[in-house]
Amino acid sequence: MSMPFGYASPEQIMRDKADYARKGIARGRSVVVLQYVDGILFVAPNPSRALHKISEIYDRIGFAAVGRYNEFEELRLGGIRYADINGYTYDRSDVTGRGLANLYASNLGRIFTESIKSLEVEVVVAEVGETKDGDAIYRLTFDGSVFDEHGFAAMGGQAEAVAGRLKERYRESMSLADALEVALAALTEPGGERPPVAQLEVAVLDRNREHRKFLRLTGARLERLLAQTTQPPASPPPASESPSESSESSEPPSKGSAGSSGSSGDTPPPTGPEGPVDDGSSPL
Amino acid sequence: MASHRDLPVGLVNQLFQNNGSSSFTEFMSSYAPELLPRRDEVLATPIGDQVPHATTIVAATFAGGVIMAGDRRATSGNVISQRDVQKVFRTDDYSCMGIAGTASTGIEFARLFRVELEHYEKLEGRTMSVAGKANRLATMIRGNLGMAMQGLVVVPLFAAYDPDKDEGRIFSYDVAGGPYERERFDAIGSGSIFARGSLKKLYRDGASADDMAMTLIQALYDAADDDSATGGPDVTRKIWPVVGVIDADGFRRLSDEQVAGYVDQMLEARMISPDGPIAPLR
Repeated sequence: MSMPFGYASPEQIMRDKADYARKGIARGRSVVVLQYVDGILFVAPNPSRALHKISEIYDRIGFAAVGRYNEFEELRLGGIRYADINGYTYDRSDVTGRGLANLYASNLGRIFTESIKSLEVEVVVAEVGETKDGDAIYRLTFDGSVFDEHGFAAMGGQAEAVAGRLKERYRESMSLADALEVALAALTEPGGERPPVAQLEVAVLDRNREHRKFLRLTGARLERLLAQTTQPPASPPPASESPSESSESSEPPSKGSAGSSGSSGDTPPPTGPEGPVDDGSSPL
Repeated sequence: MASHRDLPVGLVNQLFQNNGSSSFTEFMSSYAPELLPRRDEVLATPIGDQVPHATTIVAATFAGGVIMAGDRRATSGNVISQRDVQKVFRTDDYSCMGIAGTASTGIEFARLFRVELEHYEKLEGRTMSVAGKANRLATMIRGNLGMAMQGLVVVPLFAAYDPDKDEGRIFSYDVAGGPYERERFDAIGSGSIFARGSLKKLYRDGASADDMAMTLIQALYDAADDDSATGGPDVTRKIWPVVGVIDADGFRRLSDEQVAGYVDQMLEARMISPDGPIAPLR
């Protein structure tokens, strides 16, 4: 059977688009979102003070993104419009993270299939509930897939390595300082240096706040909090003390299971994929 | 007018189209105009007397902030339509507004104004300036002029904490808009003339939030004393004025227990001196 000139199979087109998007997303730095006792913590190394990776969408809903700034900014603005319209049409309590995640998913999916270039973004929509059982973290990838994450999510940069370190250290109902410590340890490569305070973007959705739960932690407040984290949480040693990356890969299974109490699935944490991160070989 | 909500969801949807404005109202007027307050209706007869009216709101600045209080009465003509209506609304972390006039329209405005302020703050990543907020509210009130002429009058009182000056600011309006910035204190609504007279004698520069809350409770009582449409504190039903305080820590509404404390103190003193505190003559 003869192929028309310039024919490319749908599989090939999709794979190329996915590869392209993955490479774009992996170029940036990682962002970590995790649950703590009073809500949800967002941490992003971000040298820019003006271009935020983390922001408020609505009373109980926060947004974090990695990838191309102009693309996820469009998503962020659209999300705010969606939330404000629904909150104004009905009641403020009728705006949900699930609704917003679905809106994003349908848009990301549509663009992935219909446009030449998919969006090079990955976003997290997190919603804080009245209790910790009401918390939700949705991670959305460039193709519109939605992952209902339990406890924590990492994306962008060397996402798998970060998620691995996060899974290892994450425990349920941590204090804010402990959660920040865990996030920073996960964002730091073994043996690497932690990002300075000025280059950290940190925010929380705190269920104990009135009205709007979202709060940026900046300046003195963040420094005080970081001062509390100098004592690392009891169980795992901070990443900077790990002798080499081999310790990452040869972790005892007990540690993994302790960390996975609230995590999705039973897959073991990925083992140190250093070097060229995401080669696109994993399935969509 | 065709609504763009009918379009399929996607980046073709207006939701994801940057129209260059950070105003929620402006966006809504093209996206879903039917949800905004109507401005173009022509009523067969003015209905001003038949819908509930909100009455007296007072506000005053204190050292490092501003405080606003409103009574709880709504009236339709000479009938008390509600005893526990809320007329002071938090509009964002550092501002609040009180409404006098048509209660339903006022509540709708307060709801829209809150979304408007937060929408800007989230899109732009910064809080709108106090003057910006006051101007925005003026535009909304100006837009209601057509309805006001048919009896649906709304006049708000706006108070905000200005972080640049570390002080509270008060803005008043008329049916055609505004804003008029007021020094120290102001009052709106049917009992406002009496409340303003009371405030004039009781206001102290540099007073604490605690003293100023007491001053406002006194002023509301004086308004209720002389104006039939203003409700005094309802001791039997335990309905107290709504008091909102804004300072560097943001907006907080005083709890019923706190307000009841002020009211008890005041009533006790008025048992002896029914006209309230006596200002020194010289």
